Amino acid sequence: MDLNDTPEQAEYRTKVRTWLDAHKANAPGLEGPQPGHEEEFVTVRRAWQREMAEGGFAGVTWPAEFGGQGLGPLDQVIVGQEFQAAGVPGILDVIGIGMLGPTIIAHGTDEQKQRYLAPMLHADEVWCQLFSEPAAGSDLAGIQTRAALQEDGSWKLTGQKVWTTNAHFASYGLILARTNSEVTKHKGMSMFIVPMDAEGVEIRPLRQITGEAEFNEVFFDDAHIPADAIVGPVDGGWMVALTTLLFERLAIGGGSESFGYRADRFAKAIADDPVASADSDVRHRLGKLATDLLALRYTGYRHLTDIERGGLPGSEAALGKVTAVKAAIEAGDLIADVIGPEALAEGEWSYLISFLPGLKSAGGTEEILRNMVGERVLGLPTEPRLDKGVPFSELKALEREGAKS
Amino acid sequence: MNFELSDEQRSLQEAARDALGRADTVEAARDALEDPSKLPNLWDTATAAGWTGLLVSEEHGGVGLGPLDAMLIAAECGRRLAPMPLIGHLPATLLAEGDELEQLAAGDKRGALLPAMPPTDLDDAWTVDPQSGLRRSPAPALSGGKVTGRVHWVPDATDADYLVAIAVENGTPKAVLIEASQAGVKIEPVIAYDATRQMAHVELDAAEGKVLGASADDIALAWSVAQSLIAAESLGAVEEALERSVKYALERYTFGRQIGSYQAVKHSLVEILRLMENARSLMYFAGWAGESAPEQFTLAAHTFRVGAGEALDYAARALISVHGGIGATWEHDAPLFFRRAQLSRRLLGGTGAAADRVAGELLAAAGATPAKG
Repeated sequence: MDLNDTPEQAEYRTKVRTWLDAHKANAPGLEGPQPGHEEEFVTVRRAWQREMAEGGFAGVTWPAEFGGQGLGPLDQVIVGQEFQAAGVPGILDVIGIGMLGPTIIAHGTDEQKQRYLAPMLHADEVWCQLFSEPAAGSDLAGIQTRAALQEDGSWKLTGQKVWTTNAHFASYGLILARTNSEVTKHKGMSMFIVPMDAEGVEIRPLRQITGEAEFNEVFFDDAHIPADAIVGPVDGGWMVALTTLLFERLAIGGGSESFGYRADRFAKAIADDPVASADSDVRHRLGKLATDLLALRYTGYRHLTDIERGGLPGSEAALGKVTAVKAAIEAGDLIADVIGPEALAEGEWSYLISFLPGLKSAGGTEEILRNMVGERVLGLPTEPRLDKGVPFSELKALEREGAKS
Repeated sequence: MNFELSDEQRSLQEAARDALGRADTVEAARDALEDPSKLPNLWDTATAAGWTGLLVSEEHGGVGLGPLDAMLIAAECGRRLAPMPLIGHLPATLLAEGDELEQLAAGDKRGALLPAMPPTDLDDAWTVDPQSGLRRSPAPALSGGKVTGRVHWVPDATDADYLVAIAVENGTPKAVLIEASQAGVKIEPVIAYDATRQMAHVELDAAEGKVLGASADDIALAWSVAQSLIAAESLGAVEEALERSVKYALERYTFGRQIGSYQAVKHSLVEILRLMENARSLMYFAGWAGESAPEQFTLAAHTFRVGAGEALDYAARALISVHGGIGATWEHDAPLFFRRAQLSRRLLGGTGAAADRVAGELLAAAGATPAKG
């Protein structure tokens, strides 16, 4: 059992470090956008991603023919670790490079790959993911945004998406839309590329408990998209979406510490207070939540080992988010209990405390994750479903009726 | 990066599972509640497999394996609720020396550590678990080569030939190897809630022994190894509890469907899995630290104790509730795992003291100056 690099990994790590030494003076800070300076933030982070792409550190796992390095997920992890250690941010378009680009590589046409991948890699065009809807989150296949086929073969989009990160500065979005309501719900969806500046596309920021607008709502009102914007087959969008979600799972290798939920960070907040540091209740709570966070760190190494051996972490990896959120909530509560109401004034701990209730549902609610793990890992049966074999249009009618009674 | 068990470690695990599968130790755990003589004697199993000398170098007649290997064996014992006296014996072999060490390694003699908790960032004293209450008792005293004091709730002392006591002389802890049969030693067996653990209070009255060369760090290491072993036993018991719970959730039907299909049941079983996998990662942390990062072993072993303890507390209760009323009957096996959980969490300082030490280690690393007293 060891945490050391193989000789090849050590060599790659040295390469990353050497590049960072030469370039990190150009790197922007780690902090998010300051109020009133959002555009400036995006501009400098785009420039930094471009510099990374030119150095070969964006799209590390993408095939070389699309501008990537053709390396493995472990090399991607090494890049992440070294950038974190150097205190510099990584790429801006994590969703595009990590999930949407690979989806286009897997399912897109040659023309789409030629047109979109290089500008994505260089942050000339940032992307957003248009999957979730106000009425379709856990049950993603219940989306209602419609893409209607026009006589000339083009499509018109109508509907609403939500929780869309980066939509306000994205050039393109990958959108899952319903193209056939007369078949069961998984069978009637298609995936499209939509220009975010198209007529009929409206983007509104969505403020969260923190006061920040990290997400957006996106409205489509007869937005026109050309025939060649479809990714994958007509009515075959669910398979394409599953590819995107698979790449999301692969990105888990980065671990919970990328959120900044680390035992040493929370211990430091307590250590400044000599009375708290000696208080038995405080110590007990800190000891337990720190145990959870350290468990996550070492679980991360187990997942990396799986990846290094050519596999994927098992589905139980999804439980890492449950533990991370639970431990971070406990840490926020503990630190605020120690500091008192002042901890709720604007700042690090107030932000942490306000951010976590939403994170609990992000990327799959805890209930959905537990169902998924229970069924896939423990082999437990699914609950009986009422939507099996029912065409989508009838299903919606049944739901409306149910809500009325 | 290789954060998984080696092929050798997997073989060790399988061999242990085979060896322990020969006796119905779970059944014996129930019978022994009413008649302690029903406990199978597994010492020969341990000796034949080389577990008695697992942590002893080959030069001293052992097999020279590391803490992770010991944890893997302990986990298999925990899975079967096997009355295997490794928590007392193995840490004792870390401190013993000379001929006695070779006897212990070969399994010709049994050892038991009389565990003493090392000082923390808040308390400079070496202490032992009290007979009852929250105030910890002072570790025995060493004077003129003789040891005097009481140590409570000692695992595996009843059948031990050699006791390794931690005794303090002028503020310095010493490990002292004591023959259990001498006049100055009184071993008082205690009725245990979990009959698979043979517990005793040990009274030393000017007991004579051999003062060993172990340093304070060595003695603290023995404490941490004991923590990691009780944690590993708990992890094994959790694995078994999950397996049995899932099996029943698939067999039992209510309202026309398997109870494992209900979210309330499913989520509870997934919670066992979550706590179990976290504990397993902490076992690897402890195993890795024991081998490659000794400065982190104290932290790692105590996080493992906390994580595995929480997992077993939860799993033992879930095992009962998944089975419904039958799970709370004397005839059922679930209460035996519950008994294991209840006693384990209160031994060797308890999981509470382990959590406190985790906090203390992290606070000290963060530069805390706790206000004492």
